[in-house]
Formats: sequence, C-alpha cells, structure tokens
Amino acid sequence: MSVTELQFQAASVQDAPAVAIQGRSQWQLTWRRLRKDRVAIASVVVILLMIVFALGAPVIAAIVGHPVDQAYPNIGQNSFGNPVGPGVHGFPLGTDEIGRDLLVRIAYGARISLFVGLLTTAIATVLGVTLGLVAGYFGGVIDAILARFFDAALAFPFIILALALASRFRPSLTIVIAVISFFSWAGISRIVRGQTLSLKEKEYVEAARSLGAGPTRIMFLDILPNLLGPVLVLATLYIPTAVVFEATLSFLGIGIPEPAPSWGNILGEAQSFYQVAWWYIVFPSLFLLITTLAFNLLGDGIRDAIDPRTERIFAGSKATRGNRGRRGKRGQLNLDQAIVVGQGGDQLANLPVTNAGGDVTP
Amino acid sequence: MTDSLTGTARSDFPADADLSDDTLVRVDNLVKYFPVKGNGMLGRTVTNVQAVDGVSLTIKRGKTLGLVGETGCGKSTLARCIAGLIPATSGKVYFEGKDITNLSRGAMRPFRRDIQMIFQDPYGALNPRRRVGSIIGEPFAIHNTASGADRKRAVQELMERVGLNPEHYNRFPAEFSGGQRQRIGVARALALRPKLIICDEPVSALDVSIQAQVLNLLADLQDDFGLSYLFIAHDLEVVRHVSDSVTVMYLGRIAESGPGDQVYDHPRHPYSAALLSAAPAADPDSAAARQRIILTGDVPSPINPPTGCRFHPRCPKAQDLCGTAEPALEAKAGDPVSHLTACHFPVETGEILARAGRREQR
Repeated sequence: MSVTELQFQAASVQDAPAVAIQGRSQWQLTWRRLRKDRVAIASVVVILLMIVFALGAPVIAAIVGHPVDQAYPNIGQNSFGNPVGPGVHGFPLGTDEIGRDLLVRIAYGARISLFVGLLTTAIATVLGVTLGLVAGYFGGVIDAILARFFDAALAFPFIILALALASRFRPSLTIVIAVISFFSWAGISRIVRGQTLSLKEKEYVEAARSLGAGPTRIMFLDILPNLLGPVLVLATLYIPTAVVFEATLSFLGIGIPEPAPSWGNILGEAQSFYQVAWWYIVFPSLFLLITTLAFNLLGDGIRDAIDPRTERIFAGSKATRGNRGRRGKRGQLNLDQAIVVGQGGDQLANLPVTNAGGDVTP
Repeated sequence: MTDSLTGTARSDFPADADLSDDTLVRVDNLVKYFPVKGNGMLGRTVTNVQAVDGVSLTIKRGKTLGLVGETGCGKSTLARCIAGLIPATSGKVYFEGKDITNLSRGAMRPFRRDIQMIFQDPYGALNPRRRVGSIIGEPFAIHNTASGADRKRAVQELMERVGLNPEHYNRFPAEFSGGQRQRIGVARALALRPKLIICDEPVSALDVSIQAQVLNLLADLQDDFGLSYLFIAHDLEVVRHVSDSVTVMYLGRIAESGPGDQVYDHPRHPYSAALLSAAPAADPDSAAARQRIILTGDVPSPINPPTGCRFHPRCPKAQDLCGTAEPALEAKAGDPVSHLTACHFPVETGEILARAGRREQR
C-alpha cells in the first residue's frame, strides 16, 4: 500500500451528510422536460379528450338520443333525400345519406380508429423490437435472414396485399389489424437492429457477459433500456400512421365493413355527397386531422424531451425557443453529453443545477 | 537456458508452468486470429489479424501479473480470451488445472464467479440507464445468490468496502466521477468473491491522483481477499508498482517476462529496454542521466507481421538472423530461470542502444 496514501476521497465520501438523494431516472428527466413543452402537453390533452370522446360514444348517443345504426329517414333527410346539416332537427353535426347522426357515427368511429392505431402500434413495436434485437445482437446468419424479412416487409405493396386478403376472407377488423401491423414492424426492427449493433459493442455489455449473463438478459435488460427512447418516439409517430392507414383501407372498402362506423368508411361514403353536404366530409376529416396532428406533435415533443439536442420547427414554450441551439449543452448530463460538455470546458459552468443528473430533492 | 536451469534463481515464473498449488491460471500457447472477411454476405476469409500468436503465461495465486505493451499488441485480446469473452483460435487456458478454453456459456458459468474483469473506460463499462444498486447487484441476480433485502445489504456492503457511500444506492452512473465509477466497477467485479480479477487498463482513463486511490484500493482488496490480478496497463510505473511479475508483449507475442525487478532493472529484450527508457521518470536527475532509445517506424500490421523476430524491423540490434529465425522465449545467460527473453541478441547490462534512429527500414 503506498504510492501515496490518498484515502481522503473515500473518507470524505463517507463523511458526507446522508441526504436522501434519489437519482432521477432518464424517464423522470424526460417527463420534466416534456411538461415544459406546451405543444406536447396540448397534444396530450387533445389525445386524452379524443379517448374520452371514443369511450363515451354510447353516452353521446344517449344524450342526443340517436343510436349509432339508427337511420332517421323523416327528420334526418331533407325533401330531396339528402343529409341534413349541423343543428337541424337535433343532429349536432348533421346526418349522413340515410339519415344517421354523424356525431354519434364519428364517436363510434373514433373507437375503431384509436383501437386500431394503438393495438397495431403495440403489436408492431413488440414484434419489431424483439426481432430487431435478435437480428442485431446475434448477427451473422440470423441477421442476414431477418434483414431479408425486413426488406421484404418494407417493399411489399400494402394495398395489393390488403385487397387480396379482403377478397379472400371478406374485410374485417382482424384483417385490418393484421395488415397494418405487418407493414409497421419492419421499420421499427431496422432502427432497433442498427442501435443494437452499436450498443452491443459497449463495455457494459461485455461486463454483463463476463458476469455470465445470457443473451436474453443482455438484450432486454442491458440493451433495450438504452434504445427505448427512439422506440418510444417511433411508436408515437406510428400511431397516427396506423390511424390513417386504417382510414385508407376503410375508405377503399377493404377495411372496416359497414354498418360499423370508422372514420375511413364514413369518408368513403361522404365522397359522393360533398357537393350537397359539406359537413359529411369536413367533420370526419377534421377529427382524423386533429388526432393525427396531436400524435405527431406529441411524438416530436417526446423526441425533444428525450434528446434535447435535436431541433424542431414548433419549439414549445418561449423559454425553449430562446434557448434553441444552446439546448444541447443545457440538457441532462447523460453519458454522451457529459463527454461533450467536458470537451466544451467553459460550458460546464453554465450548466443549470436543475438539469444536472442528480440534484437534491427539496 | 541449460545453465540457468540448475541455478538457484527465484521460481516465481517458471518456463514450464507446473500445476502446483500456487498456479491459478496457466495459458498455454494461446492464439487468437481475427478473420478479415471479403465483401458480400458469404465473404471468404481473406486473411487474419494475428492479434495474439502463441502466448504462454501463468498467474500465481494471490499475485499480480503485469502485462505491458503498446496499443494493438494484443494485451486486451489476450485478457478477453482468458476471461472466455471471445473464443481462442487455438491454445489452452487452464484455471486451477481445469481446461476452460472455449467452454459453452453454461459450462463456463461456474468459472464466471472466479474470473472477473475490471474495464478500462469507467464511462462505458456501466450501463447509463441502470441504477448503481442494480449494476453492482447484477452478479447476484445472474447467479441467484441473493435477492431482495439480502441483495441490497450485500451491495451496500460492497459499496462501503470500495469507498462509496451506500446511500448512493439509487443513483445513476452519470452522477459519479470517473474514480467513483471505477470503484463501482471494482465492486461489481468483487461481488462474487472471485479468485482472479483481470484489470484491463483499470486506471488509464483516470486522473493521476485518482489512479493512486484506485490502485491502493486494489492492493487492499488483494490483501483482504487473496485475489490474483492480471493487470494490463500502458503505464510502466503503475505496472511496476502493482506487479509481482511482468510480461512485455509486442505484436501478439511475448518479448520478455520475469519478476518485476528483473525486467525493470535488467531488461534483456531491446523492446523492453526501449519501452522503459521512454517511460517518464519522477526523478529529474535520473531522467537526465538516462539514455533514451528512440524507435523508428510504426508497429507493423498484425495482418502481415514481420518474419523471424517480430521486432526486428525496428530493433537497434537487429542482424540478419533476426529476420529469418524466430527467437525462443528462454532464460538468457546470467539471468534467473524465471526471467525469459525472446531475443537472439539480448541487451547486456550497461549496453547503450544508441544506434536506434538511423535505421529507416520497416
């Protein structure tokens, strides 16, 4: 023992007052940043409202007194047999071509759209992450085979597949979910595979192997947490894609079959009536637009919150707008950034304490 | 070699590694080639990077073997082969007399408890998304040795033992300094009470004052737990300080090995001599009096190493023989049996290797 008897660090560490310091996890920090992003929070509110709207569809039907599939040929249609407009005869958003309440149909359609959007994204994410991890971690032949699958899935003409399946099995919700999931997972797989390829070379993966950890443990406990960020962003952005995807299929008549309403098949019907009934095409489109926009903006917000170095067009609050460009250096002190800051040198002094990794909880 | 075999030299490092009780690890003619593949999915192996080419060494129970050499000489590859992290091309590794070369993960599992690693980069070796408690507790989780409150107590004991505040159990690696992170790495390596710890440049990334702390910690732990170390480093003074015996590697082969004092005070291989002459000395007088040997050229590519003695293109003493015949690793005349040198024309004590610098051949 003796280069020098430098034991003071150990001593001082032990003498340090035992303040209850709870390190903030990556997710806590992400949430703190997200909370400050007004656009993202507004998007969350819109999405929650949309979910309440969808879940409350029977309540809405009860309030207006119009069941979803009930046609009102007398009051729901004018003398020419065309839909009546918003507010007429107690139809808040008007009616469709056979006199059904458009608001109730849109509310029930929201159920289908959100359900399909969320479920297919969940399926695609689980499938994509798992296959991407396996391909990236094991490499070699497994990777070569799986990579061909990714390519095939991405190159497949989805409308043709959907048409073929719909003509063979009759259109149904199951086929819609299967088709959308099938076309979504490969994109996630590719991203995950690429990230895994670089993450598996990290020393902490080697450390885990030297401890005797198996591939499953390493993939899901060591690698996955480090790529959840991009996956979460990607998944959030996949939800609106899936919603539009479902609408497209239903619009083409190969999605959700009538009489069950979905935004897509309402729009499909509406295209014949837009000249006489603007509300018939505008309101479903508006709901579709607001929903997809909210999910997209939320995805952007999450991306910013996870990696504060990225830029985007709609910066949330005034504070973030003013600091754009400097944000990278003011972000949470994670591993990569710590190194960047270390090289910056002078920036270190500017780091706000609240953004550093482990501040004392008041 | 014959005359020195009968001598009364110290036998810290015998030429023929015996399996007597104090030998913990014996590496026998270990070879690791990394194939260089051609283009395409089914690329043929074009050539090999000869990272480690026929290395034999022994690690004694409770002792430290220092391994030095410049970047790219195969030190880390050798360490990873011994730890079973990468398969060896040929040769054997024996741990306590049992052959552990290229074991399957399952068969290697019991040995994982006995052989642990400390990594060079304290930033890369700890998963940034996991809390310290979970990082240090991972060995217990993998080997099912402790769980719940037991594990937490064991982890906090380890943290205390390596000079960390046990209160910091819930923090993330990013909240620690480099030296503290390396202590976390040490605690993790220590968790399963191993017999051998392979330290792959454990202090190279640290500030000098922190280096001393970590080295002192390692020395204390060796005394307390009877650990053996394979200590890899660039820094010759660090290696001298910690090692009982030293092995010098050059381009995948051992140039010289022996008891630390022998190698440092009487280097016989011109490469060791040059390496030692280049190390900064703390004493200005001795530094001024020292004759520096400046080697010319770069380390040749391990893809196509020089014939004969691998050091001959850069060696100030090289003669024709050196380019054709490979020198055996043996004890030279006048050296103790434990001091082995692979050189046709070993350096004599007091000899000045000033001819270096004029040779320009590679």
